[in-house]
Amino acid sequence: MNEYNFAYLDEQTKRMIRRAILKGLAVPGYQVPFASREMPMPYGWGTGGVQVSAATLTPDDTFKVIDQGADDTTNAVSIRKFFENTAGVATTEETKKATVIQTRHRIPEAKLTEDQILVYQVPIPEPLRFLEPRETETRKMHSLEEYGLMHVKLYEDISQHGAISTSYSYPVKVSDRYVMDPSPIPKFDNPKLEMDAIQLFGAGREQRIYAVPPHTKVVSLDFEDYPFEASKADHPCDLCGAEDSYLDEVIMDDAGSRMFVCSDTDYCRSRREAGHQGPMTREDAA
Amino acid sequence: MTPLLQVKDIEKSYGARIGCTDVSFDLYPGEVMGIVGESGSGKSTLLNCLAGHLEPDAGQVIFDTRADGPVDTVTMSEPERRMLSRTDWAFVHQHARDGLRMSVSAGGNIGERLMAVGDRHYGDIRDKAIDWLGRVEISEARVDDRPTAFSGGMQQRLQIARNLVTGPRLVFMDEPTGGLDVSVQARLLDLLRGLVREMGLSAIIVTHDLAVVRLLADRLMVMKDGHVVETGLTDQVLDDPQHAYTQLLVSSVLQV
Amino acid sequence: MIRNMPIHSCLCPAFCRFEYLEKDEAMIELTDVSKSFTLHNQGSAVIPVMEGASLKVDPGECVALTGASGAGKSTLMRVIYGNYLAASGTVLVGGLDVAKAQPREILALRRETLGYVSQFLRVVPRVPTLEVVAEPLLALGRDRQVALDKAAGLLARLNIPERLWSLSPTTFSGGEQQRVNIARGFAHAYPAMLLDEPTASLDAQNRETVLSLIEEAKARGAAIVGIFHDVEARERVCDRSVNVSEFTPGQAA
Repeated sequence: MNEYNFAYLDEQTKRMIRRAILKGLAVPGYQVPFASREMPMPYGWGTGGVQVSAATLTPDDTFKVIDQGADDTTNAVSIRKFFENTAGVATTEETKKATVIQTRHRIPEAKLTEDQILVYQVPIPEPLRFLEPRETETRKMHSLEEYGLMHVKLYEDISQHGAISTSYSYPVKVSDRYVMDPSPIPKFDNPKLEMDAIQLFGAGREQRIYAVPPHTKVVSLDFEDYPFEASKADHPCDLCGAEDSYLDEVIMDDAGSRMFVCSDTDYCRSRREAGHQGPMTREDAA
Repeated sequence: MTPLLQVKDIEKSYGARIGCTDVSFDLYPGEVMGIVGESGSGKSTLLNCLAGHLEPDAGQVIFDTRADGPVDTVTMSEPERRMLSRTDWAFVHQHARDGLRMSVSAGGNIGERLMAVGDRHYGDIRDKAIDWLGRVEISEARVDDRPTAFSGGMQQRLQIARNLVTGPRLVFMDEPTGGLDVSVQARLLDLLRGLVREMGLSAIIVTHDLAVVRLLADRLMVMKDGHVVETGLTDQVLDDPQHAYTQLLVSSVLQV
Repeated sequence: MIRNMPIHSCLCPAFCRFEYLEKDEAMIELTDVSKSFTLHNQGSAVIPVMEGASLKVDPGECVALTGASGAGKSTLMRVIYGNYLAASGTVLVGGLDVAKAQPREILALRRETLGYVSQFLRVVPRVPTLEVVAEPLLALGRDRQVALDKAAGLLARLNIPERLWSLSPTTFSGGEQQRVNIARGFAHAYPAMLLDEPTASLDAQNRETVLSLIEEAKARGAAIVGIFHDVEARERVCDRSVNVSEFTPGQAA
């Protein structure tokens, strides 16, 4: 494996990325520009997250990758393999055993701890872009804390759908200052953004890194008369019976029968191993 | 009485070419001033300098702020100036699409300034938006339609509603009736006149249309080649113009 | 410029100069006023139209301007109203020199002190007649209902049928428009008034009403300058006449 420098990137690049990460931690929610490198994978496959992970990993770390909560999807498997090959770090599928977790579109169900780092893959870091395409203007809006536009988006949601229909990438205000896109996690995960672990966000194509330090206030934007709600499918997990986890809806056959399962595969498996059962596993057992 | 706006020796050049120079005037609360002149006379440059869209090369634009009294807006910090332009100032563009968000509903367009100053109650924001649609004579039924579905006159009225919803004290207008049909113009002018009176607004209106200033403006400033050539009471300047250029301007209007 | 002695207590909080006009002081006083037009675009020809015009009108006095057509009656009225800029001399109205005043001072003067009933109604389309007549009071910040009541009273006196009050006067007949114009001109009790042919083309009854309005204005102390071709009307309401031909350059007395 020694054809590669540790974790693929050269030391200068990792140092540059670490400076961006430290700046991001110092100014929670602020998008720090960084010189994103070409990675041996296409944009949109997590190049931002991979660079942040590469700069974060040490040889003693245990690494976990999830994509939509699952450890076994193509994207998760290939990134895990990438770091197994280039960094030689230990990998795991168990949330509790991981020290660095790279994620796409989910926050693990298990409560993260102070000695863990969660690295998000971010496609579009700019929450204001939906209504203001000019980067010069959005930067100015951030610097002057002009965030009325963010509420215009939510207003449009309510006026068109009767409720805030934004269900992922739900904008938050970090530490009473910067409005931030939490990456396309479901809004169900938004309350978990106030956590004990360090959260780092990397956008490779857009060349931005931002961060939420542990125990930082993160508020989901809303209206007084339309308060934020962390919604999920009103159903228990069909496999493990969990009532408190975010569910994927899986179509079973052409007749349209469906099942709901935890999107967090590690969470679901560990519950089943502990003896929990859902409607379908009970049925199978019966 | 303190002037709402004191303009002192404003000068703006584009390289060797003069945009406007040596412009000074006071605008008092409730006053409407018209700036007339032909294309290239410097009237739009002046308006943009006053409204903070362009930085003048020299001069002061002193606004009587609510909190701190008269402050030079040219040297004030950008956050302060932007806050001013969302609260106490308004700018009505000639082309409604420059002043509206075309991909946002009429209600969202009006609500934006309210949300920008911290309104966080959807029901209240929507009620105010609907109230303002009514005041600019747009049906409540259109509140969720995008301005792209509106006629030119409606877009312009929507732009006015969007600007006035926060109760500004000074409105800058750049050819507010330009590009509209004559019948639509009359309606818009009538509306503006009513709103100016009702809200006690001060306004600076740039136009080349003398009928517009006769109807809306208390006083007039005539510009030519970047210089102010004549100022005075609107009807006096139009009926008894003193300067050669103003006489030419007034006599060039077709009589109907 | 500021005199003493209240003749009119105005409600305008901003520009009031008229609370302290000295007793027996003229309300309107022109001294050696001249007016000429310079036609810059026609070889800078200078056309003198008025010279040495002096005029003094006391509170409660009505002065008629006379002279042949084109002698400058309307020009003089316009100079007093500030519509034409005097070339020299002073034009004091309620203590303010209109020839030198700032636009906002003239506007305040017109709101508060100096009324003008022209021969033609000039209004914004779509505004109802009742509002048109009440407007001078609303502009002074008077209570809306009080203003509308006053307007209604005047319109009734001038025989404008009530069913027309909610319509814009732009569609009215010439005579009706003129009466609306007069009602508007008399809505506020101006201390000084300019009347341009107020009785022209009115029937006997309405003419009588207008003359009564003028007499009432005089009785409350208004200083009035008017143009009346109607000789009977002039003799009835005017205390004296001034022939403006005396001020016509080259024909001076």
